[in-house]
Amino acid sequence: MADWNFLGKLLESAQVHSTVVGKVWLTVLFIFRILVLGAAAEKVWGDEQSGFTCDTKQPGCQNVCYDKTFPISHTRFWVMQIIFVSTPTLIYLGHILHLVRMEEKENQKLKDLPIKNEKQQELISNKHKRTSVKDNQGHVRLQGALLRTYVFNIIFKTLFEVAFIVAQYFLYGFELKPMYTCDRWPCPNMVNCYISRPTEKTVFILFMLGVASVSLLLNLVEMYHLGFKKCHQGLRYRRSKMEREAPKALSEGVVPFVPNYTYFTGHSTMPEPFPADSKYSITEPNSAYSKVVYKQNRDNMAVERKGRSEGDDSEKTKTSNPVTEAPVENQRRNSQSSKYSNNKGRLDDLKI
Amino acid sequence: MGDWGILSTLLERVQSHSTVIGKIWMSVLFLFRIMVLGAGAESVWGDEQSDFICNTQQPGCENVCYDWVFPISHIRFWVLQILFVSTPTLVYLGHAMHVIQKENKLREQLASPDGPPKLKQPKYSDEKGHVKIKGNLLGSYLTQLIFKIIIEAGFIVGQYYLYGFVMVPMFPCSKKPCPFTVECYMSRPTEKTIFIIFMLVVACVSLLLNIIELFYLIGTRVKRGSRRRVQRVTTAENPASLSGPRWPTTEDALRQNKMNMEMENYSLGGSLDGAKEEKRLLSGH
Repeated sequence: MADWNFLGKLLESAQVHSTVVGKVWLTVLFIFRILVLGAAAEKVWGDEQSGFTCDTKQPGCQNVCYDKTFPISHTRFWVMQIIFVSTPTLIYLGHILHLVRMEEKENQKLKDLPIKNEKQQELISNKHKRTSVKDNQGHVRLQGALLRTYVFNIIFKTLFEVAFIVAQYFLYGFELKPMYTCDRWPCPNMVNCYISRPTEKTVFILFMLGVASVSLLLNLVEMYHLGFKKCHQGLRYRRSKMEREAPKALSEGVVPFVPNYTYFTGHSTMPEPFPADSKYSITEPNSAYSKVVYKQNRDNMAVERKGRSEGDDSEKTKTSNPVTEAPVENQRRNSQSSKYSNNKGRLDDLKI
Repeated sequence: MGDWGILSTLLERVQSHSTVIGKIWMSVLFLFRIMVLGAGAESVWGDEQSDFICNTQQPGCENVCYDWVFPISHIRFWVLQILFVSTPTLVYLGHAMHVIQKENKLREQLASPDGPPKLKQPKYSDEKGHVKIKGNLLGSYLTQLIFKIIIEAGFIVGQYYLYGFVMVPMFPCSKKPCPFTVECYMSRPTEKTIFIIFMLVVACVSLLLNIIELFYLIGTRVKRGSRRRVQRVTTAENPASLSGPRWPTTEDALRQNKMNMEMENYSLGGSLDGAKEEKRLLSGH
């Protein structure tokens, strides 16, 4: 039973880098499978061959009939099941350790590099920060290649679990009968063979089947949970990215537009919608973007109206540079509200 | 025996987040159940099938008679009992760990200067990791206690209906392929009876501890809640009554003084008429 310690230690280090459902799955594996297998099931199947009797005195008949009835013992079957079902998790753990080690090597390289060019180093460190595996608290972030590995891990776990349950059904069914008939050579006739403790074994077969189903269910829940959360994050990130790009595009549109500002203010007292729709035709129109643009326009018109009521002659006579600053400042002021939501979106992206 | 290490590690972690009685319960579980099971009972039941003899030479008759008399061995029954009785505790541990993790993150965010200022304070845990059992956590704790009680009672009743509490040395058995009603003899009936009664008593003690803990928790919470309701501070909204107790504790007096000072700072004249005070407060400035 000491053999499980090795697997146990590996899986415990994988527990730190799993989701909540993953941790529950690992606990179920440890307590309801490994513990029960070692503490109970192995004793029940302990005397399976010595307690197997056939009603014949023919030497060898008992052996061959036991072999025919149980090609592989249930306990060994469950040991293989546990090992196969744990293997994807170990591969995922290996991937994490690999990434962490690569990052540490890069850190070491950065430290050893002489400062050739400050800018170059800044670039490298920026690139490194963006692709860092760990976040501020030192937890490993689940994204990119790591997320892919985790998803494959869950998929393979599910496949193995299903395969073993189906295989168990086709090998033995889910119930053990007290008596099996057998007429394999060298048995002289159809003999009756009786196994030991069929009821107790049936109880444990059903128990292990129940635990395997629970594990399977946990895997499915985790897949759904992960997929749902990542879709949600992706949508929010995309939305915040669009909101970030919209004011940027507007401010970009203002800068080249500035030389014409004095020309336009000379025209009418009516508040202009931001002219140069041609500027906006550069960027691709889509509904969310135009909504943001409309909101921006509205805000800017309100600011301009207020500014005009205070004294717009002074504004008109201003030179281009301060004029660029004013609308750009408006942009920045008006985008305060959207900036907060941007930050929120970005914070959430970092977690799983 | 080493397999129980996993369960004991997990249960030890829960111990720090349990009440006193919960800790006693866990010690009883470890000492009187798991240890006795491994060190004593397993050797008593070690030869249960090999020494199960029936007075017949018919092959297979012993097997089926043993299977009929003992559908599940006592040892396995107790292993499952320990496992199922520990499971609610493990679920509570998961909840407690989750809460502690969330609060640690909250504490980190509050400590770091760049995070947005949150108004929430960590509610359940303190700096050292101790957890106060209240609110959601209390609900979870009570639920796991109730489940433990139900499961323990279920197993005790189940054991009674399966085997009774005394082992007799001889069982008559007439299942096929036994040719007639054979007599089957089990090994060590008296020793097994002693262990059965011992494990039964320990199970009843655990059940009793759970029930006591449940009542203790409910009692203390109810008392705390009613005490808070009785000691009300005199404010404009609930003026002092002539019959109520005046100043049962110094902290109540201090609280009342503080409120009075605040009220005086608000009102201009410092009138003792409650209604006028209220009007002034409500009219606003």
